[in-house]
Amino acid sequence: MRKVLIISLAILLSLSIQLKINSAEKVELMKTDWTFKGLLGKFDRASLQRGYQVYTEVCAACHSMKYISYRNLMEKGGPEFSEAQVKAIAASFEVTDGPNADGEMFLRPARLSDKFPMPYPNEKAAQAANGGAYPPDMSVLAKARKGGVDYLYSVLLGYEDPPEGVTLDEGVYYNKFMYGNKIKMPKVLEDDLIEYSDGTSVTEEQMAKDVVTFLMWSAEPHLETRHKMGFRAIIYLIILTVLVYFSMKKIWSRVESEV
Amino acid sequence: MSDHNYTPKSKFGKWFNDRLPLMSLANHLTDYPTPKNLNYWWTFGGILTFCLITQIVTGLTLAMHYIAHADMAFDSVEHIMRDVNYGWLIRYIHSNGASMFFLAVYIHIFRSLFYGSYKSPREIIWILGIIIYLLMMAAAFMGYVLPWGQMSFWGATVITNLFSAIPLVGEGIVTWLWGGYSVDNPTLTRFFTLHYLIPFLILGLVVLHIWALHVPGNNNPVGIDIKKPSKDTVPFHPYIVIKDTFALLMFMIIFAFFVFYSPNVLGHADNYIEANPLVTPAHIVPEWYLLPFYAILRSVPDKLLGVIAMLSAILILAALPWLDTSKIRSAVFRPLYRQFYWILVLDVLVLGYVGAMPAEGLYLLIARVATAYYFAHFLIILPLLGFKEKTLPLPFSISEPVLGGSSNLSMAKNEKTRE
Repeated sequence: MRKVLIISLAILLSLSIQLKINSAEKVELMKTDWTFKGLLGKFDRASLQRGYQVYTEVCAACHSMKYISYRNLMEKGGPEFSEAQVKAIAASFEVTDGPNADGEMFLRPARLSDKFPMPYPNEKAAQAANGGAYPPDMSVLAKARKGGVDYLYSVLLGYEDPPEGVTLDEGVYYNKFMYGNKIKMPKVLEDDLIEYSDGTSVTEEQMAKDVVTFLMWSAEPHLETRHKMGFRAIIYLIILTVLVYFSMKKIWSRVESEV
Repeated sequence: MSDHNYTPKSKFGKWFNDRLPLMSLANHLTDYPTPKNLNYWWTFGGILTFCLITQIVTGLTLAMHYIAHADMAFDSVEHIMRDVNYGWLIRYIHSNGASMFFLAVYIHIFRSLFYGSYKSPREIIWILGIIIYLLMMAAAFMGYVLPWGQMSFWGATVITNLFSAIPLVGEGIVTWLWGGYSVDNPTLTRFFTLHYLIPFLILGLVVLHIWALHVPGNNNPVGIDIKKPSKDTVPFHPYIVIKDTFALLMFMIIFAFFVFYSPNVLGHADNYIEANPLVTPAHIVPEWYLLPFYAILRSVPDKLLGVIAMLSAILILAALPWLDTSKIRSAVFRPLYRQFYWILVLDVLVLGYVGAMPAEGLYLLIARVATAYYFAHFLIILPLLGFKEKTLPLPFSISEPVLGGSSNLSMAKNEKTRE
């Protein structure tokens, strides 16, 4: 009786593992060497700055980043542009302010405290301009998709001609990594699309890596502090644990029982 | 209890203690005689107390910055993550703390199952524990709704909709729970209120849980009654305090790894997308700690019966002291029960796994078999086992090993008492 049960449960378990393997026939995501992974992982500062450039010159045409302010660009652990640089960046954008004393809304150059401007006045306008699809806000995008940064990197580079038998509607593109393989965002990254001021060669892969690094930072602006603090906290805890362990041994040596 | 004749030394202390016996209580807590053979599975009570306090302290801090409004909740959480000083740390401790709390409570419950800690005279401790566990699930569920992400919204929709299975009044109850005709702002504000309230109810129940524990004293790995205080016991302080501290520190290291290095691994990516009533996520899945019950719910084809099965799966635990007919507490001396215990552990893990998978095809079949086995364990196997099982001889005391030279006498005595 008992053996029957154990065997049947073992079968159930192996079946579910089998199912897991079968359902895992999804495409393997593309990987690249992210510098921010690992116990003391940090962002590549130059990559973040280039990533901001890709965002602002390419993505920002359709995608908002509503939680990011210009001041964030100079904060520690981020792209760390200088204050003068960020002020210049901000001043090149116009934001709506007001109402002024006459009750009118007016445009003025952005300041450090302003959020990045929205590309569309509202969600409906964004959808109307993009064939019905809403380009998602990118502030937390790196945390909002299964597979995270690897997924975003893969989708950016995953555009292909559709396989035979797949017909695409007008304004729909085939992407190997997108859920359902159909995406309404056209392939945007091209070699030499923009110009990097630091001389890095502008390849599709380089741009994808830079912009995804930037998106990881925008999703987790305190990642570097977190890693640094975590490393210290865990070392502290380990030392304390060892000390408490020996105190415990000493105290329990008064009774013959083992701990 | 050893504190009946405790008197403070100072005159003021005596005066105070006669009016409010706080010092007597402190004395009782430090001197509390504890079996000296408690293993590390017994340290999770202390760990759980730590978890509760951590959740309350971080939760209070988060509540100072969080805004319970459907239009602002998601933004306010991002504000905490970005602009509040160490807000990210407090939030990650709180969100991972919930998972660590459940990890600890499952170990605590399964320890109790293995060593028969729910049996006479500890039934009330056990039932209080089950109530705490139920409240924990309610608090965790409502807490998950507060960030107002996609999984928050749709999880709330699915779970509250379960009440619509109640005949006749079901729909009305759901509308009443929502405060409207769908999950919306009124639902969020009441969930926030209840999420704030429940931890303090739990705190009160924990006090009762510990009070009830201090009447008969701790069970122990051997599962036999011990004389207190005796050479089988040690005072709670410093022996158990230092051991609990050591175990807690080990637990905190694991906790810290989650908080600092994979803070989102136990959550769902979808919850970083703001709630949208018009877009349903591909898979609506609860948090990992609720998955076994979710699997039971979905394994029953009828909605009402599914809800009943899910609730029964938890409530059946409250009847456990009477379903288990064996007089022997510890599984160490119950060779058959020990095997069934591990099958149950496996069964719950299988249920958790299929709970995360779509309810179709083979997954559904597995879920049904595992659900049937879960109930069979408590309703058929345990009651029968008490009569059928041939248990091993118990030692006379925990200081005296059963196979030791002088154990013949005690074994003989135990054989007799069992008949």
